[in-house]
Order: sequence, then C-alpha cells, then structure tokens
Amino acid sequence: MDLSRNWLNEFVSGVAVDELSDKAFSEAMTLSGSKVETYRDLGAEIENVVVGRVLSLVRHENSDHMWVCRVDVGAAEPVQIVTGAQNVRAGDLVPVAMDGALLPGGKTIRAGKLRGVDSNGMLCSFAELGLEQRDFPAACADGIWILSDDPELTDLAVGQDIRAAAGLDDHVIEFEITPNRPDCLSVIGLAREAAATFDKPLRLHTPAVRGGAEGVLPELLDVETPDADLVPRYTARMVRNVKIAPSPKWMRERLRAMGVRPINNIVDITNYVMLEYGQPMHAFDYRYVKGGRIIVRRAAEGEELTTLDGAVRKLNANHLVIADETRAVGLAGIMGGENSEIAEDTADVVFESANFDGTCIRKGALALGMRTEASAKFEKGLDPMNTLPAVNRACELVELLGAGEVVDGVIDIINHVPQPTVLALRPDKVNALLGTDIAADEMVRILRKLDFTVEDETVTVPSWRGDVAHYSDLAEEVARFHGYNNIPVTLMRGETTRGGFSDEQNAERQLGELCRSAGYDEIITYSFISPACYDKIRWQPDDPRRQSLRILNPLGEGTSIMRTTTLPSMLEILSRNYNFRNKAARLYELGRIYLPGGADGLADERKFLTLGAYGDGAGFFSLKGVVEALLQGLRAADVRFEADSGNPSYHPGRCARIYAGGALIGVMGQIHPLVARNYDADTELYAAELSLRALMDARGPEPTYTPLPRFPAVMRDIAVVCDEGVTVGALTDCIRRSARGLLKDAALFDVYRGPGIAPGKKSVAFNLTLRSDERSLTAEDADADVAAILEALRRELGAVLR
Amino acid sequence: MKQQLEQIRAAALAAIDQAGATEELEAVRVRFLGKKGELTAMLKQMGRLSPEERPVMGQLANQARAAMEGAIDSARQRLEAAALERKLASEAVDVTVPGEKVTVGHKHPMYIALDEIKDIFVGMGFTVLDGPEVELAELNFDRLNAGEGHPSRDWSDTFYFKEDSSVMLRSQTSPMQVRAMDTLPLPIRMIAPGRVYRKDEVDATHSPMFHQVEGMVIDRNVTMADLKGTLNAVVEQLYGKGTQTRFRPHHFPFTEPSCELDVQCHKCGGKGCPTCKGEGWIELLGAGMIHPRVLEMAGIDPEEWSGWAFGFGLERTAMRRFKIDDLRLIFENDVRFLEQF
Repeated sequence: MDLSRNWLNEFVSGVAVDELSDKAFSEAMTLSGSKVETYRDLGAEIENVVVGRVLSLVRHENSDHMWVCRVDVGAAEPVQIVTGAQNVRAGDLVPVAMDGALLPGGKTIRAGKLRGVDSNGMLCSFAELGLEQRDFPAACADGIWILSDDPELTDLAVGQDIRAAAGLDDHVIEFEITPNRPDCLSVIGLAREAAATFDKPLRLHTPAVRGGAEGVLPELLDVETPDADLVPRYTARMVRNVKIAPSPKWMRERLRAMGVRPINNIVDITNYVMLEYGQPMHAFDYRYVKGGRIIVRRAAEGEELTTLDGAVRKLNANHLVIADETRAVGLAGIMGGENSEIAEDTADVVFESANFDGTCIRKGALALGMRTEASAKFEKGLDPMNTLPAVNRACELVELLGAGEVVDGVIDIINHVPQPTVLALRPDKVNALLGTDIAADEMVRILRKLDFTVEDETVTVPSWRGDVAHYSDLAEEVARFHGYNNIPVTLMRGETTRGGFSDEQNAERQLGELCRSAGYDEIITYSFISPACYDKIRWQPDDPRRQSLRILNPLGEGTSIMRTTTLPSMLEILSRNYNFRNKAARLYELGRIYLPGGADGLADERKFLTLGAYGDGAGFFSLKGVVEALLQGLRAADVRFEADSGNPSYHPGRCARIYAGGALIGVMGQIHPLVARNYDADTELYAAELSLRALMDARGPEPTYTPLPRFPAVMRDIAVVCDEGVTVGALTDCIRRSARGLLKDAALFDVYRGPGIAPGKKSVAFNLTLRSDERSLTAEDADADVAAILEALRRELGAVLR
Repeated sequence: MKQQLEQIRAAALAAIDQAGATEELEAVRVRFLGKKGELTAMLKQMGRLSPEERPVMGQLANQARAAMEGAIDSARQRLEAAALERKLASEAVDVTVPGEKVTVGHKHPMYIALDEIKDIFVGMGFTVLDGPEVELAELNFDRLNAGEGHPSRDWSDTFYFKEDSSVMLRSQTSPMQVRAMDTLPLPIRMIAPGRVYRKDEVDATHSPMFHQVEGMVIDRNVTMADLKGTLNAVVEQLYGKGTQTRFRPHHFPFTEPSCELDVQCHKCGGKGCPTCKGEGWIELLGAGMIHPRVLEMAGIDPEEWSGWAFGFGLERTAMRRFKIDDLRLIFENDVRFLEQF
C-alpha cells in the first residue's frame, strides 16, 4: 500500500515532509504496527530546476535552428541559455535546468558552449522531467514545456522550484499491511494510525452532496440482491449529464503518487475514493443497464463476460456478477464489464459502492487468475459501514469537479450489517498479558485515539476494526501505542523445566557424527518424488511399496507423491554430483519415508539413515566397513550380513541384508547397473538404507569395564582350502563354534585363488588369537584348540589345511 | 718399563683421536685394552718387577688405563652425536608436501545452524519435539485460529491429500504447538524444528519444501515481557552479547499480541546498508502471546495459563549466517558446496 504524504497532510497536521523526515516517519509508523517497506521522494532525481521566464530570444549566429534565450530565473542577472526547440516565445514560463542541475535518469546539466555560444543551462520538456502526457494533458508533446500555456498551472513564481509546480514535491511511503487490517489499505485508515502514532488530531471530513439533478432515483434505478448472503450491503447513487474530461491536476497528482494512472474524471473519482476510503467503487454507464435494473446474482454456469481488460471470462456459479435484466455487466468486486464501460459520450453514470463477501470474491478472483486492486481489498473483509460515505464522497467530487449532476437519494440495500463488537477492557488482564503496569486511563486514552468508544471499561469497537474481537486484541492496541519496546524485558519465572533431546534425537546426532567421522557429508532431499522413481529403481509394477500418498495439487509430476523409500533421493543426488564431474561423493541423509496408513488418516512416517557413495575407492567393502563402524558405534551385538540376490535395485551378487540381534536393520550394496544407468551414472554407485528405528533397537548397553588381559596371547595362522561356495562368514562361524574356549579372535587376512589351488577352490587364511585369562598358554594348549578348529572346518565345510 | 708405558699411552690416545667411527674406536680399545691388548700385555709383565717398583708401576698403569678409557668414552660420545646428526640430516622431509588425507564428512550448513539453536534452547529448559509432516488441516489451521476462508488454506498455497482439504503437508511447524498442548503436561517449554511445505516454485529464495523452528512456552503468569527477555537472550547467544533488538507489531492468527523481532544489522550497525536493504534492521522471527482462543481450543484455561510462541525459517537463518545467496544450493547437495562447511 502506497501512501502520498501530501494527501496524508489533509487529515493529519504536524507530520508533513518538512516537519518529519521519511525515515523518522517510517520508523515510528513501523513501530506502531504499520510496517514501512520503503519510501521515496518523487522529486529525488530532480535538483536545481526552476521556473524561468524567457525574456528574449535571438537566432544563434552559427545555427539555423537554435535560439539564444535570456531567461529570468529570479536571480539578479538573467541567464543565457541556447535551445534547439522551436515552440518558445518571449514571455513564456518554462522549466529551466540550471548549471549543475540533476534530471531523472542521473543526467547532470553543465554550463558550456553550444557552437561557440555560452549556454548556462537547459530548457526542459515534461518528458525530461520524468513526466507523461497524461500527467499534463495540455502540455506540448514535443518541444519545451510551456508552463504559462497550461491553464492549470497558475500562481507560478519565477525562480520557484519546478518540483512543487509539477507535483513532484510529494513523498511516497510503501507499507506492508497485514491481512487483518484492510482498513489500513486507505489514506484515511493510515491517517488514523499516523494521528495515533504522532499524537495528533485526525481531521475527517463528512462529504456533502448538493444533488438536485432531474429524476427520481427509485424510478431510474432498481437493485436486487437475490444472493443476499454474498452481498451484505449494496449502495449506489446516480449522476446525470456527465461531462467526461480529464480530472484536475491535484487529483491526477495524488493518483499518480499512489501508483494509479489517471484516465478521466469519472474513472479517476472512483479510484480516488477507493484510495481515500479503502472502499472499491465502480462506475458504469447507465444506458447499458437494460430496464434500469441491477441484479447482483451468481453467474450462470458457463456464462461469459468480457471484462474491462478486454479478456473474455468464462464464469460459473461461484462467481458473483452485476447484471441487468439480460446480461452481466460486471464481475462483482473484481472488475467491470467492457459492455458498460465509461466512454467519451457517457451521459448518465451509476456509482456502485458495495460490500461483497470476501471469501466469494477471493475464490472468484483466484479461479480466474485476476487478482485486482478491488478484489484484494474485498477478500480481506471490508467495513460495510463504509459504502455510504464513500459513494457520497464520489458524488461530492463529481460536483466539485463539475463533472455532472447528482440525483437526490441513495439506493442502499442492507442485507447484513454486523452489530458492533463490545468488549470488557480488563486492564489487569492486559497488564498481566503484557508484563506491564500501564494505567487504565492510559489504555482508555490509547483506544480512544483509535476511535474506540470506551465507557466504564466497556469498549465498543469501530466498524472498520473487524480484527478486534477479544480482550487480547485490545491488549495489542494498547501495546502498539504504549510501544512494544517500552514493554519490560524479564526472564521467565515459574517452575523450572528439564529440557533435552529425546532418545531418538540423541541417536540421530550420534549416527550423524559416526557418518561424518567415516567421511560422509550430510545432504537434505525433498520428501516428495515422482512416481517414475519406482520404475527407475526397478521395483515391480505390483510392488506394494509403490502405494504412496499422492498430493492432489502438486507443483508437478516430479514432486507429486510422498516417498516410501529414500533410495531415489540419494541416487538423484549421487547422479547430480557425478554429472557435475565431482570425482567422488560420500553422502548420508537422515530423512523420512511416508507410508500410507498412519494414525488419524495421516502417514506412517519413518526415519531412515541412507548412505550413498561413488568414486575414490568406493566399493562394497568400503561401504560395509562404514556400516560395521556405525553398528559398532552403537554397540550392536550379533551383526550379520546375508547375501540378497533378489533386491531389484541392487547388484544381485553385491547386495546384503544387514541384521543385528536377529532383527533386520536394512540393506546395502552396489546399485544395480541398470538402475545406475536410469540415473545417468556411468559408474558404480553404492548405497545403504538403514532403518533408524532398527538401529536404535540394536543399540547395546553402555559398556562396563572388562579387566585387561594379564596373560600373553598365542597367535596362530591357518590357511584352509575349500569350495568357492563356502563363505568366509560360514568359515568364521565354524571357527568360533568349534574352538575350545581359548579363541579370542579369528581375523580373515587372505583369500587366494590361483596356482597351487585347484579350480573351483579357494584358500582362506585366518589369524587366530588364543588366550587364557587364568594362565600363560603352552604350545600344547594352543595346538589342541587349533586342531579342534581344523577338524570342525574339515568335517562341516570340507575345508582342509593347505 | 715406565717409558714403555708412556709410549703405549701416547700411541693409544693418538689412535683414539684419529678414530672416525665407533667401529674404529672399538678396534683401538681392543688393541690396547683388550685381553690381548698392549696395555694388558704390559701389565702381565708386572710380576717381574721388584716389590718396591710394583706399586709405583701399578699406579702408573692404572692411570694410563683410566686416561685411555676416558678418552675412548668421550670419543665415543662425540662420534655417536655426529652419527645421529648425520642420520637426522638425511631424514629431513619437505614439510610443505601435503599430509596424508583423512576424510572427515561435513554437516549440512542448515543443520549446523539448527543444532546450535537446539542447544541454546535445551540449555534454557526446552524440550525438542518432532512431529508429523503429513498433517491434519484441523491442526495446521483451525486449531490455530485460521478458519475456513483463510487464504493460506487455498489449494494454490498448500498441498493436499484429500479432496475435502482435511489432510495436507503442514505449511508451518505451528501445528506442533497444538500437538504439544494436546499431549504434554503443563507447564510446557518446547521447540519443534522440521520440514514444512508450501506451493512455491523453486527459485533463489523459494522452495516447495523448507524448514521452520517453532517454539512455545505455556506457564502461569507468562508475559510478553518474558517473551522479550527470552528471545533477547537467544539472540545474544546467536549473534553475540550486546546485539540490539527491536520488537514490532505484526499479525499472526494464533498469537495476540503478535510481533516480529528485528536485530540491528551487524554490517552497518543500524545505519542502513545493502545487507539490511537500507533499514538498519534485519527481520529475524515472528512471535507473540498465544491467542487465548487457541489455548481454549486445547482445553487450557486462559484465565490460569498464558504462553508465548515463536517461529522462524531455518534456511534464511543459515543463508544469512554463511552468506549463501541462493536457496537452491541448500537442496542441490553438490559436494563442492557441502564440503565448505
């Protein structure tokens, strides 16, 4: 919302630009609740340009088109200026950019010579001052702006700053108005806030209309509102014998300052009133209202209307239209219809000042994709009491501008006007909420300056403050003008609470640390994916895990379902890094999957730790090492890896299910080359998907101290030859089971195939650590254990000592 | 014999002096002091001396032995020191050669910021809560005073799973206020960070998924002054002691009075600069006293209990802190980005 400070001055004194800087004004308004985004001085780009009178002009001695002018600029001596323009005569008042003057676009004017003749400035066109033809309709389109030719530019003084003459002496403040304060989307609304902020009186004006035009309003115009619930109030007046013309300079300047383009007097009046009162107005040509009947109704399904912007709008029953007996002439609260637009030859005009249901207007505008100034106001819920003063103000302006004659009387259909809100002030409660000690009198004073009526601590809320419905709202009003920054700063008293992290949050932190210590970087990926991701990771078409929560209004197919697996997200990031030509990536994410069928109709959200890697030594066993380190970090017991050749996303020979304590933790392995290809990765990708819940459940108890060994260990290396099909896991299990109690560790140190070993066989070597806690072992003790182990390996697995 | 002793002594000392390595020195020792050494051989002849001469010569011989042994010891120390010096010199390395690589992973910058915030609040007695992202519209909107017709409920703004707009992706972490009120015993101090979703196309400042941190306190006699005091303390921990703050009126449906908290621009100290867009202040978060109606809807008596709440966007906090100028970097997860933190 833009606010012209000159316009504001009409309602509040003592806050003019020369009394209060933009910065000071903005800061105070911001701190009382009207947040200022920016401010600007409309004349900021113009400096040292004055009104001058051309005293004489003679032909330039070296040019056939230039003139040498002597110009009175209010100084002791006239200045000499060379101009190439042909529309200047002696006696004209013109804008003169003096030596050192600044013009819009950062242009600086310097004294110099033009074809050998001194020129100490420049005569300006309106365009050179950043103005448009519509700002000054009487000005010459090309050539110097002859100020004295414009009948609207009276009282000009030679030497006067051009900015005041051209209406560029205004400053505009841009506010961010929160949606609860539609009353502040108006000059009067902001003036009320400014008056209260700076403790100045608010000077409001009651429109006075002379009226007296020929005709009786009820005979000329009949209004019906069949959908009364959508039209709380409909107010209209009529103007006859309209003379369409440009509106006056002062009105054009104010509109322009607030970002509205002047059109003609009638249209400008509707915009002026909308800006001033915050009440959207619409003017339509009476001759196109067939039968003099206005019907505000829901549109018929498929009904069409060409709006003022020339677009054909297809409507439905959710739209509200202004219609005559035969057709729609406007889209209520959004935009008028082309078929009833004000034209040069318009004679009779109907001013509509209505109050429409905000939600209906918002949804209607949204459905058509045409949010207008009017609809943006209506959708927030406007004050139904405002329609009458606004329409009267429009008629008053018609008379002031001599734009037509106002018919006596007002059409005013009131379907629903809410009763005023009455609240108890409860000063103690307000102070208790704020932590302040503000006197009740002071609260009353604050509320009264905002036009709340207060009697005996009973507060009647003004009609335009629909946002105030509770004593806490009154507390905010008091706080705003007492000053948020005058509220004391205290620390909470009361019961001490014990804060902290949940078990799950602690586990997440620990896992994150473990992943980073293994060299993995943390990533964050979107929770929603494309349904095509399930194809890319080669899930069967009937895989039940494809059952996903589907967003009904997604941004696009690619983000349309909630993932039931984190794998595609990880693969996408690995692929992206690979395609960015990053040599290697090791990544982890602690993220959720969203399974249908959770409590309350929501998702069953489960957290997963996902690891992914490629490049720089990434391989099955380097990833497995990380998974083992994670599980070791959690002190998980009984960790097992089982080959899984049936997971469609993974390499059938390089994939393992991970168990701890018999429970499935997750899966890891090399990504299936076809899946990698689906992700445009021409390299081996590795991933692990681990359930956070399962990881947490696998955590072992906090360790207790085990005494360090007192007796030395005996180390024995064994190498056995066995069939290829016998796994290291099976051999290790067998060794552990068959030892006679002295074996402390069996560590694989070599797997060999080749010369000396029969085809289809392999040699597997272990380093065995044997130790007793009671005594130093003898060679015989160790040999007995090793013999038992070898015997079991031979018997159970056919693995014989090499 | 005495003369002979003197000769041996002189020869030995000369040989010791000339020894250039410990091996040579050992050879000298063996030659003179070994079992078959010259001095030893000398001493073997002592028996032939007269009883008067014997002690005199014995003393001389011992002096010669001591002198030789002393010379050998000091020569050995000298030679060993020189050898060590040569060894160390030969072992010198080019210290500018890079060290062997230890790969340590990096926490995502947003979670660096979040973990710090969590720790600050936990230190103040707050509990950290997690909650569902697929949420009931009732909790995301109705229970937070944003009833039917509130613009953010539009399908153009919020993602829905059901035609009746009853199940959605939460558009804010604020439903965690309601969940906390519904499940936790009073008094409550909690923060709830997490993912939230809004229907925004991806650009440098928007993402359909982002993160917020919600916070809430409910207790007896909690005031807006407490809100200010607590948040000021948090700001000082985040941005340094003495950081200036200001509170401005604002509007949220579920707090009343509502405010926004600005911190004075660290770059310009409040004078106005590009970092703060000329305002001198940077908007940090939204907050306010919990609307009594929100308490009532949770079955909490606003006559007995009051509370305050706040919320802020995590991405913006992290981006400001690490001077990240494009939100897309956060979710792109390029390792060249991640490994900067």
